[in-house]
Amino acid sequence: MNAILECNALSKRFSNINALSNVNLTLERGRIIGLLGPNGSGKTTFIKLINGLLVPSEGTILIDGKKPGADTKKIVSYLPDKTFLPEWMRISDTLEFYKDFYEDFDLNKATDMLKRLQLDPKRKLKSLSKGTKEKVQLILVMSRQADLYCLDEPIGGVDPAARDYILNTIITNYNENATVLISTHLIADIEKVLDEVIFIKDGQITLHSSVDDIRMKEGKSVDALFREVFKC
Amino acid sequence: MQWELTPDRPVYLQLIEQIQAGIISGYFKPGDKLPSVRDLAAEAAVNPNTMQKALAELERTGLVYTNRTSGRFITADTELIQNLKKQSAKSQIKEFLDRMTLLGFQPEETLSLITDVVRKEE
Repeated sequence: MNAILECNALSKRFSNINALSNVNLTLERGRIIGLLGPNGSGKTTFIKLINGLLVPSEGTILIDGKKPGADTKKIVSYLPDKTFLPEWMRISDTLEFYKDFYEDFDLNKATDMLKRLQLDPKRKLKSLSKGTKEKVQLILVMSRQADLYCLDEPIGGVDPAARDYILNTIITNYNENATVLISTHLIADIEKVLDEVIFIKDGQITLHSSVDDIRMKEGKSVDALFREVFKC
Repeated sequence: MQWELTPDRPVYLQLIEQIQAGIISGYFKPGDKLPSVRDLAAEAAVNPNTMQKALAELERTGLVYTNRTSGRFITADTELIQNLKKQSAKSQIKEFLDRMTLLGFQPEETLSLITDVVRKEE
């Protein structure tokens, strides 16, 4: 099967800021990939380009060989880093919402996962804690049968047990035709779950390697390497 | 099983070691059926591809085999497992001897020290 994501000389400029410069990247299917970089390095810009929320200034970005649009949105499941659902919605409303929007939404799977968290579907989003809201959003996004999942900071601002739950959800949801792209800076927690990592700095890719290769070559964890490379 | 993974070494190597340790200790008995790759990966909190890589290597060395229809199993070859046990013991001893050398003890001295300690324990 072909690569799920291909970028060629991809650049994005805002006024006089180069958010992304000359990104050349190929992401294969069936991988869990970490997009790692400091705040402001271009991670969210890149994810927004994948989701068609931004348009490239230069270069191309192709998902399953197609430009971002209605067809790619069908196969890409996006978890933004902020709460994106209206606070007035009940959990049951969000399930209906996703079911309406996405053909590939697995309602039974989502309901099951919510039940295991012992969440009453009648509860309104605004009554939930931040951590619980994040778990609900993750469940919705991971209950779609997508080819590419883009999770922007899925474990930030969440307690360690909730982080374990989120990582476990990602692992058990794994399927070898889909790719999960996780943007984060909480690397130590997530390293063992990643196949590959991409380092991004000032809008440029500085590294794309498997986690085990880094550990073998550098004799240290990705987290330790990151701290070295991105030392302030 | 408690999966203890350190961050500075490749994950798949550590998974191989831990599963081997499980076989040696008897946690995995000869002929036991292994959980699915996904279940093992979730238990160890690692990437399923990495767990698959570790299992493939264990299959290569014969400790694990796949039955196409029923899944993955620990070998029933007790001789193979005994050899693994011996090899593991030998490498532990080698590491220990290296550490004793660093402390300034020659292997013969170390041997008599070991005899002393073992005698006292009896």
